[in-house]
Formats: sequence, structure tokens, C-alpha cells
Amino acid sequence: MTDSRFSPPRASRAGALWLLLLLVLVLVLAVCSLNVGASRLNLLNVLTADPDDRVSKILFASRLPRTLALILAGAALAVAGAILQMMARNRLVDTSTTGPMAAAALGMLVLAIALPDGLPLWARFLLVSGFAAGGILLFLGVLQRIPLRSALIVPLVGLIIAGVVHAGSGLIAHHFDLSQSLRAWNSGDFSAVLRGRYELLWVAAGLTLAAMLLADRFTVIGMGRDFAVNIGVNYGLLMAIGVALVAMIVGSVVVTAGVIPFIGLVAPNVVRVLTGDNLRRAVPMIALLGAAILLAADLLGRLLIHPYEVPSSNLLSIAGCVVFLAVLLHGRKQWS
Amino acid sequence: MVLTLWRQPAVRVLLLAIAAVLCVLGFMTINVQTDWAFILQHRGSRLLALLLAASAIGLSTVLFQTITHSRLLTPALMGFDVLFVLVNTLVLLIFGGAELAGWPSSLRVGLQMLLMVGLALLLFRLLFSGSVRSLHLMILLGMLAGMLFRELSELGARVLDPSEFGISSGVRQASFSRVNTELLAVSAVALTLGGLLLLRWRRYLDVLSLGRDIAVNLGVAHGRVVLGIMAVVAIMVSVATVLVGPTLFFGLLIANLAYWITGTQRHRWTLPASVLAGIICLVGGQVLLEQLLASTLPLALVIELAGGLLFIALLLRGVRQ
Amino acid sequence: MIETRGVSKRYGDTLVVDDVSLSIPKGGFTSIIGPNGAGKSTLLSMISRLTPMNAGSVVVDGMDVTRTPGNVLARRLSILRQDNQTSLRLSVRDLVAFGRFPHSGGRLTAEDLRHVDEAMEYLQLHEYRDRPIDELSGGQRQRAYVAMVMCQDTDYVLLDEPLNNIDMRFAVDMMQLLRRAADEKGKTVVVVLHDINFASCYSDHIIAMRRGRPVYQGAPEQIIRDEVLRDLYEMDIRVHEVNGQRICVYFRMG
Repeated sequence: MTDSRFSPPRASRAGALWLLLLLVLVLVLAVCSLNVGASRLNLLNVLTADPDDRVSKILFASRLPRTLALILAGAALAVAGAILQMMARNRLVDTSTTGPMAAAALGMLVLAIALPDGLPLWARFLLVSGFAAGGILLFLGVLQRIPLRSALIVPLVGLIIAGVVHAGSGLIAHHFDLSQSLRAWNSGDFSAVLRGRYELLWVAAGLTLAAMLLADRFTVIGMGRDFAVNIGVNYGLLMAIGVALVAMIVGSVVVTAGVIPFIGLVAPNVVRVLTGDNLRRAVPMIALLGAAILLAADLLGRLLIHPYEVPSSNLLSIAGCVVFLAVLLHGRKQWS
Repeated sequence: MVLTLWRQPAVRVLLLAIAAVLCVLGFMTINVQTDWAFILQHRGSRLLALLLAASAIGLSTVLFQTITHSRLLTPALMGFDVLFVLVNTLVLLIFGGAELAGWPSSLRVGLQMLLMVGLALLLFRLLFSGSVRSLHLMILLGMLAGMLFRELSELGARVLDPSEFGISSGVRQASFSRVNTELLAVSAVALTLGGLLLLRWRRYLDVLSLGRDIAVNLGVAHGRVVLGIMAVVAIMVSVATVLVGPTLFFGLLIANLAYWITGTQRHRWTLPASVLAGIICLVGGQVLLEQLLASTLPLALVIELAGGLLFIALLLRGVRQ
Repeated sequence: MIETRGVSKRYGDTLVVDDVSLSIPKGGFTSIIGPNGAGKSTLLSMISRLTPMNAGSVVVDGMDVTRTPGNVLARRLSILRQDNQTSLRLSVRDLVAFGRFPHSGGRLTAEDLRHVDEAMEYLQLHEYRDRPIDELSGGQRQRAYVAMVMCQDTDYVLLDEPLNNIDMRFAVDMMQLLRRAADEKGKTVVVVLHDINFASCYSDHIIAMRRGRPVYQGAPEQIIRDEVLRDLYEMDIRVHEVNGQRICVYFRMG
């Protein structure tokens, strides 16, 4: 037992330091992101140049939206992952490894088949979010049918569900000759994000904020149903809110950029090592780290085979797999 | 009388064999309009590739499940076939595509197979020599490794050829309709080699499935035999991947079909049964989809979907026990 | 004779078996007892080459177990560990027949079949002969595995906690049977036992281990004594003689 009188101040001081560091990291990456691209930009020029000039056009039409989109999406996905982990009571899951993302991609596919003429953005967003919610419920539902939950069977079931949804979408896509589109949705990146194409992510930002306010409650959810009911939390309602939040975050990101994997797994797990499991303290850091990870992946993708781009999803998958493997191997004694 | 006959694994395997032969006959004869010589050449080579792939996947999966004592783990789930694709990409990255283009393709594939055997043995040692042998951990590690290999090969392919990447995807999806018939000869040779190696150890297989301690007690040089069988598995995985590309759940599907149909786990029956089940799924499935239903649905995806559902079912059942 | 020469085993930083040199005479019934974590099972599995040792060597009838080919040793020495979980669907008879593998390499001769039947008879398994082992109760399955080891027909039979998970009646049956194997067939039986009363009543020779080392060995009369057991288990144990058997009482003291 640690002495409870002394640990909180120390933890929060360390937390504040980490928070500051992450904030700086995000800012630095954001500035880099604004500067890197097919045409060279000097930020100082922008301040002096007049608003109609080519440089500021690139900046405001393309670079700035892209950078903002990365920050918003990264933060939102990281927080969504943390909430899903609380709901599944397992820290080895993410929206991309359990079904919601794959279900959202399926939603995009169904939309393209059923309503090829297109819908207004908000309608697409809601429909795709609906699919994502279906994915979450499928995952949580299957989990409920497992009486004896080992820490590892949860991510395993998740991966298989995601794989099955993926394979099902593949079949449908092939039948309607949309395999190429499905591939594009499944390997998300932000190269096509311009002004007017990313604003949906502000919704995600709002959802992220809401999730932050509810963070305490989700920590309680993570302690289990009995625990939550005992201390008077409305478990069912909160689960429903959680599903809705996560689904809409996933929906907004998939509609805007496609499937962005593993951020929701990596960010919460790294932050957990830094500050522990209490979501209220951790959630701002999780959001910042998520933004930093996505910014970094996107930057690297733009630089690696310049002037071509590697989709961030490709790089994130590699990094995510490595982190996931490391977490598994590091803690393998506890899981056997 | 009929019932007791039906209980015999031999009878069941015989019925499977008959079904497989019927599938093969159907594959060669249904909807034949043009001249036979052409059909024989065109469909014949495809058939041969499918037969080789079914054998390679069926044998490798059952063998792998024997040495890992699990009905859930398969080489594909552990990412071994994607590892082969990664080897392929790495060889291209290191030696350059132009250099290798001059080589005969069979030599190249042979070299890759050797590399693959080495890597697979290394991976196997890494994963299975430790004190931790949690089944779920193993599968999870394998699936993640597979995912990692897939994404790395994709990245490799993009770096190799950024401009054309959009056209040809990095990791070729498994396809049973567009099989790679160029490499039939080298695949057949490799498969035969693997089979011959397997013959040497065939007596040990049943003993191995009793578990390490008992196998050692019964005088089997456990470590050596297991590594040898793993090498055979690696060869067979390479053969299958060369011919039809990586599959995730196909091996799981046919191995478990084989156990279920034969009602035993004696390798004398399960090995042939899994090969036959593979032939029925691949060749019969192809006939059903292409000729009878005239559908363009890729068989690979149908099989993956069925295999994935089977996996969830096995997982849920295994946990309940 | 089984001889261990300076055998050690370490897992990470902990020395589980610490430089053990002892000899187990040929013939008779030897029990290895001691508190949990004494290294009994580890020692037994090093003697039977299931676990590699970090130092030392084990010699069985002049054969070094780590250098002797596995199938040669398998005809002289058999080992059965505690939990033999298998998901395999094998009939009891098939399992027992595997005991003949070191002799015939998987192809059963008439001689092998005789051994199989005899072992099944010995363990009274005939009524289950065609039942799959995964449908048996724990005790029945344990008997099937012991039958396999008997069928292996080796001079040395090593068993690690053979009484685990079986009820009193079968435990007594099992010990009677092992005793008979030693008396009638001249086998050398070496058993790791948890229950000191079984060790007391059935053994010719007892090895007592604590913290990786053998601390006492000798005939039951020498080992099953108040002062020896108190030192070994670090608790009060009273030995009473009942009908000529030395019985340890430790359940409620004071």
C-alpha cells in the first residue's frame, strides 16, 4: 500500500509535466505538418504576405485543414479507444481491432451501393456511425456470451470479429465491383483533406470534450457493472452513451479519412504507464498523445517516399502492431 | 452394420476421397464447349495448382496443430504465410527487382523457400521455447505478427514502386481462380520433398500429439523432431503461398473438418482427410461458384468468411469447456 | 541404480535444485517427500530427462540420461508427470498401446498386444477399453496413463504425484499396484508423494527434500519420526504406530 496522503500531489505534478510536454510535442509536430508538402512554404512569409497570395492559399485551403484534421481525429480516436477499453474492461482493444471501424467501412460500402447519388454529409455521418455502433454492440454482445473472460480472449475475439466483418465487406464489395473503393476506405489517410472536407471532425472534437467531462463515470464503468451499480451509477445509460460517443467518433473519422487504426490502443496504453488508470487524469493526455501520434504518422508518410505519400494507416498499423506485441510480451507472465 | 461401417475412419476417408474425385471430374468436364486439348491444358494446370495448394495447406495445418497441441492455431493465423510474402518483398528490396528479373523464377522461389524455412524455424523457436505457453497469447501474437508482416510488405511494395502501387496491391489477396501456374513445377518438387521428409517422421506424429512429456518418455527426440516437422510446415506454407497467396482461415476450416469427419486424431486418417477436405472445398467450391452458380464471387472470400465464423465458434466453445 | 551427480536447476534467480548427489537403489519402492517448492518434481523430471539440468549429470544403469538416445532410455525408464491434459480423442486402449512405442515404433506385434492387455488387466481398465480418454473421470484417466507407463515395461518407473485428483479408494489401489509392481515384477518404482502417510506405509526407501536439497534419506523407520519430520516440514507432527504402520498425525495440535 502506498501512502494515499502523499501520492496524489506527486502524481498530479508529474501528470502536469507530462501534459505540458505532450502539448509542446503536438505544437511542434503541427508546425512541421504545416511546413511539409509538395510546395515549400515559409510560415514567416505568410504573416507578411497578403491573403490572396499563393502561399497563404495553400496554407488555408490545404495545409491548415489537414493539420487540424489530424489533431482532431487523433485526439478523438485515442479517447474513443480509452472509452471502449473501459466498456470492454480490457485494455488491449481499440475501435480498429474489434469491429467498429470495419463496420463503419461496411457502412460506407452500403451507402455507396444503396445511394450512389450521395447524401448530405450529416446523413452519411449518422448512417456510418450507426454501422459503427452495430460493430461495438456486436463485439460487446459476443463478449457477454463468454462466461470466463481471460484478458487475452477479449482482444482475440475482437480481432476475429473485425476480420469477419472485413471479409463480409470484401464479398459485397467484390459483387458490386467496389473493391478498389473499399480498399481506399480501409487504408485511411489525410491526403485528400482540404477546406470544406474536414469540418465534420469538429463534431468529433465536441464528442471528445463530452467524453472528457464524463471521464469519471467511464472509470467506474471499467470497474464492472456490480461496482457501478453499487455506487449508484446508471450503468445501462452510461453504456449507451459510451456506445454512442465511440460510434460517432469512429463515424466522423471514417467518413472524413477512412479507417485509422491503432491510435486508440497505443495512446491509452502509453498514458496508462505514465499516470495510471484513472481516466479523469489520463484523458487529456490520451487526447494529446493521440493527436501527436497521428500527426507524426502523417508527417512520416509524406516524407518517406516524397513526393508520393504512404497512407498514415499503413504506418500506424506497423507502429500499432509493434506496440501491441511489446505490451503482450512484456506482460506475458501475467497472462499465462 | 451400416452404422458400424460408418464409424470406421477408413470408410469415412474413402467417402471423402470419392467426393474429391467427383469434384475433380466435375471441374474438368462441366461446361466444356471447346476442344479437349485446350481444356486439358488450361483447366488441367489450374487443377494441379489447386490440388497442390490443398495438399500443402491441409498437411501443414494438421502438422502445425499437432506440434502446438491446439485445434485453433494454424500457420496462417500465426502469420507464416504473410511472412513468406514479406520475404519476397525483402528479397526484392535488397537485391533490386531488375537484378532478380534475370534469374529463373524457380530458382528465385527455391531460394525464398530456404530463407522462409530459416525464418519460420527462428520464429517458432522464439515463440514456443519460452516458459509461457498460453494458447490465447500465442494466437494473439501470431495474428499481430501476421498483421505486421502484411503492413510491412505493403510499405515495402510502396517504397519499391510508389507510382504503380495503386494498381497492384502489396500483399496479394488469396485467389483460387487466378492461381499462379508458372511455378507449378517448383511447387510440386518442394511439396514432394516436404512429403518425403514427413514420411521419415510419420510414426512419431501420434506420439507427439500426446504432449511433450509423454513423447519424451516414449523415447522421441522431441526437440529435433518438432523442428524437423516445423521445417516441413514452412516448406508447405511457402508452396501454398506461391500458388494461391495468403489465406487466413482456410487451413483452420479444413483441418477441423478433417477431425470432425474422421472422428479421430490419428494422423493416418486426419492427414489424408484434411487434404481431401481441402480439395473438395477448393475444387468443388470452384465448380459450384463458377460453373453451376455462374457467380463471380471469389471463393477465397467465401472460405475466409466461413472460416472466421468457425473460429469464433471454436473459441467460444473452447472457453466454455 | 539411479545416480545423480551434482545436479542443479535454476529458474531465473531461484535455485530450485541445489547440487544434488544421491543414489536410488535398484529394485524396491522409493518415495520422495518434502514441503512445496522443495524441488522434488524438478529433480524427478531431470532424472527422466524431461527437464534439462544446469549442472551435473544423471546416470541410470551406467547410461547418462542426457547423452543416451531417447528410445534406448525409453525402454529402461518411464516417467509420468502430474497433469496429462490432452484434447486428443483416443480410446483408452489406444493410449495404453502407445506404451509399446519405444519397443516397436508404432507397429504392434503379438507380443506388444499381450503387454497391452496385461497392463489393462492390471489396472482394471477393461470395461473402459473403447471409451475416449477425454470422457473419463480424473481418476480413471490417471489409471489409463499409469497403464500406459506399465505397458512400457521398463525397469524403472517414475511417477510424479500419481495420487493427485483421485479419490481415496483409487489412491489405495494405485499404491497397492505400484507396490506389487515392485514386489512381483522387480521394478524400481520412484514416486514423488505429497501424502507422507502413503510414503510411510508403502516405501522401502524415503528421500526427504527441502529447499532444493535432500536432507534425509533412509528406510521409513528412520525418516518417519517426530523430530525428523518437525525439522523437515517445520511444524509439529506426531508419529503413531497403528497395526504395525507408522502414521503421522498433524491435523489438530494442542
